Amino acid sequence: MEKRELICIGCPLGCMVTVTMENGAVTAVEGNTCKRGDDYARKEVTNPTRIVTSTVMVQGGSDVTVAVKTRSDVPKDKIFDCVKALKGITVKAPVHIGDVIVADVAGTGVDIVATSEVK
Amino acid sequence: MKYDVIIIGAGVSGCAAARELSRYQVKACVLEKEEDVCCGTSKANSAIVHAGYDAEEGSLMAKLNVEGNKMMPALAQELDFPFLQNGSLVVCTDEESRPGLDALYERGVKNGVEGLRIVERDELVRMEPNISDTAVAALYAPTAGIVCPFQLNIALAENANQNGVEFFFDTCVEGIEKLGAEGFRIHTSKGDYEARCVVNAAGVYADVIHNMVSENELHIIPRRGDYNLLDKTAGGHVKHTIFALPGKYGKGILVAPTVHGNLIVGPTAIDIEDKDGTNTTREGLDEVAEKCANTVKNVPLRQVITSFAGLRAHQPGHEFLIGELPEAPGFIDCAGIESPGLTSSPAIGVMVSEIVRDLLGLEKDPGFIGTRKGILNPEELTLEERNALIKEQPAYGNIICRCEMVTEGEILDAIHRPLGARSLDGVKRRTRAGMGRCQAGFCSPRTMEILARELGKDMSEITKAGGGSRIIVGVNKDRI
Amino acid sequence: MMKTYDIVIIGGGPAGLAAAVSARKSGIESILILERDKELGGILNQCIHNGFGLHTFKEELTGPEYAARFIRQAEDLKIEYKLHTMVMDISPDKVVTAMNREEGMFAIQAKAVILCMGCRERPRGALNIPGYRPAGIYSAGTAQRLVNREGFLPGREVVILGSGDIGLIMARRMTFEGAKVKVVAELMPYSGGLKRNIVQCLNDYDIPLKLSHTVVDIRGRERLTGVTIAAVDEKGKPIPGTEEDYDCDTLLLSCGLIPENELSRGAGVEMNPVTSGPVVNESLETSIEGVFACGNVLHVHDLVDFVSEEAAAAGRNAAAYVTGARKEAEGKIVRLNPTSGVRYTVPAFIRPDQMDDKLTVRFRVGGVYKNCSIGVYFGEEQVLRRKRPVVAPGEMEEIRLEKAKLLQYPDLDTITIKIEEA
Repeated sequence: MEKRELICIGCPLGCMVTVTMENGAVTAVEGNTCKRGDDYARKEVTNPTRIVTSTVMVQGGSDVTVAVKTRSDVPKDKIFDCVKALKGITVKAPVHIGDVIVADVAGTGVDIVATSEVK
Repeated sequence: MKYDVIIIGAGVSGCAAARELSRYQVKACVLEKEEDVCCGTSKANSAIVHAGYDAEEGSLMAKLNVEGNKMMPALAQELDFPFLQNGSLVVCTDEESRPGLDALYERGVKNGVEGLRIVERDELVRMEPNISDTAVAALYAPTAGIVCPFQLNIALAENANQNGVEFFFDTCVEGIEKLGAEGFRIHTSKGDYEARCVVNAAGVYADVIHNMVSENELHIIPRRGDYNLLDKTAGGHVKHTIFALPGKYGKGILVAPTVHGNLIVGPTAIDIEDKDGTNTTREGLDEVAEKCANTVKNVPLRQVITSFAGLRAHQPGHEFLIGELPEAPGFIDCAGIESPGLTSSPAIGVMVSEIVRDLLGLEKDPGFIGTRKGILNPEELTLEERNALIKEQPAYGNIICRCEMVTEGEILDAIHRPLGARSLDGVKRRTRAGMGRCQAGFCSPRTMEILARELGKDMSEITKAGGGSRIIVGVNKDRI
Repeated sequence: MMKTYDIVIIGGGPAGLAAAVSARKSGIESILILERDKELGGILNQCIHNGFGLHTFKEELTGPEYAARFIRQAEDLKIEYKLHTMVMDISPDKVVTAMNREEGMFAIQAKAVILCMGCRERPRGALNIPGYRPAGIYSAGTAQRLVNREGFLPGREVVILGSGDIGLIMARRMTFEGAKVKVVAELMPYSGGLKRNIVQCLNDYDIPLKLSHTVVDIRGRERLTGVTIAAVDEKGKPIPGTEEDYDCDTLLLSCGLIPENELSRGAGVEMNPVTSGPVVNESLETSIEGVFACGNVLHVHDLVDFVSEEAAAAGRNAAAYVTGARKEAEGKIVRLNPTSGVRYTVPAFIRPDQMDDKLTVRFRVGGVYKNCSIGVYFGEEQVLRRKRPVVAPGEMEEIRLEKAKLLQYPDLDTITIKIEEA
């Protein structure tokens, strides 16, 4: 049996939620005030994911950087792999929102896409 | 490199001496350890032009204070720097201390200060509605004023430079060798310089420089003063410079408007060892906040936009030490220049230049140009003039510092004029960009871009104030 | 001849864009946005993190994406704008004086003005932190601009003072770019930022958050070399003996935002000392008729979605003012009275005959209150009571008032809003 403590991010209340797990399966969620806390805790202990945002450099554009993100969330333990994959990348202007900057970043199956416009 | 005269220190004393010397046919230079003029005591002080009742009768300090005060209005015209004769009030807050006020009046009269008079509470309240409820009377000195200390210093330097005085920055004096009749060889971080005359205007380091050539050791004690600077919304809180009569609260805290419309409150007076100890302290800032209420009520301290500390170059005798050293002929001290040093600087410059003139037998330079134009302030133009300017130079239509409304045109001028700015602080002291209520939060990246572009440097080389004060340490992901 | 526009909008950030779009949709053809930066979108352009738009677009966007949607709407609606244009002055009779490189100084007569200037960060000086003044001290937003827009790293070893959202976001951002964030110190016993940001920007990266702590000394003559952090008592005074030294080359400050109201003050608009923004009525109209305000210049918001919503209302109201659709006010005024934990309300007062059928009243609380209620009183009578598990200063609160209900109380002169025990 394993217990993990989390702070729920569902609302400003920030409940301390204790999740009990057995063999990788959640057996109990305690401390949450509402259903959202339960959902959050289960996801966070079994498959925590995040959207990663950063920038890459742009050549010949109205700006020298373009903002980027993972198109959808990626496993939390892949965050730094995603960031590292952006090191040294320079794209040519123009860049449009949604343009793929890196396909299948760090083997996550998720693309890095532009989130700002550079003319 | 050989010079007739070398001035050590590009503060206000050194630059005043340089400017006065540039009236003569002389090969002169200024050595400065910092990256710019006005980096020490001259940049962090009360910015007051004192009337001259403080210094002891018969002292050099009293003489030069009154002379400097009288020279300042014309100098401000000639060299185009902001100066305002707003008058000062030394406030007495209890009847017991009144003899002290009278004594100050007497001393002022003896020192030759004009227009002094004691004002009683009723008149005082009319003059300054925010004066403390405990104020009973004040010594009014109509000849006192306020000045922009940066621009005074910079103007003197620029004018000296226009008239042929060379300036070497980032050049720290490490030793001085006496060469007998030949003068001196100065060892610096950037090589050797030789001169027949040396002027020691090194501020808090004047003792170090002095002691390089003299057995009669000098000791300059850095006397730290903490200040608060308030937003322009608070600038009208007082019109005159308000001093406290030295009395049972010790030496008081002054409250004054600045020529740019801010309010300045300070300083403390703490003797320290460290000649670079320009850090403010909690105790110091608290003392400023507490003591300013003795003379002025309701100082809106929530409007503080920055605090800073300056070091006065105090010497135990509390007197200006200006003159040639008998033990080192040709070496002229200009030491112990603490308050009223800024006020006295025009007179100090004249005095030093005359000593050098007599030593070297200098002749007037007929080509001397005694005027200098400051950086144009577009806000002083009419709408038509301003639009004509923008049409000719569109950079004057581009606001970089939003708080102080400084345009790119002014910043370009600050960079490209003689002895131009090379750092953010250099630009700030010349144009006020970054000196406003957001304290450069918005404009610093933009000013950095302009500096990099105009000086042909990389953004990473741009500093706050020279030396190792870089703003940027790398590029994104360079070490991951 | 002076140029004239029906509505001049000062600022092309999220508030200005939403106000313009809404005014155009309310039938105003002649609209001009004056923007001082090189592009529309305001501060959103440097807020590259996600979390924007959940209310407005029902999806999670980054700042530039959120801005781009409004910019596209403004462009589709052919709303006129000028970039690189600094507004220098607004006169009480709504003459807007602006300047740019191409046109120099010029004046525009507006029928209505919408103030959308946003806010700025509180600088170090205003925090009165003692110590040296070396390079390496940045407001979090300045660092954000350097990193996100220019690709520069302002430092490698970072201490952050203040747990406002920008500071929290920058803790993660600097970590991604290779800096080590050592600690976040917060003067208050609670964070001023969103819970989500504490978890996802600090906890995810094991960055400690020290509540009730502040920076008491700054070291370094050229570049920052370190800071000292100490615990503070209930009054925010440092407790001697709790000092801890941190070696760092960077101090980021995220200690609050100040509405940027120099132009409003210059115009003579009455200000609310609590918000540092204009006092406005139900139409988001300031003390000067036809001058409206919305977004962070009015009061600092927590989420941009609410800025957009508020700005849309300001745009509609300005349009109604210009077209004359607004009927003459009868003169009846109901004051809103924020008390017992409620710091302020926007609007500050309501003219019932001028209000929309439903009116959102926004406010912030002065402390953290758990298991409480927001109580609304018409005079002495409680008319609304909303239970809240928690309210905190970092989050904006709102209640809605219905015109029909207000009209049932013809003698009503004060509406009190307060925090009470649940």
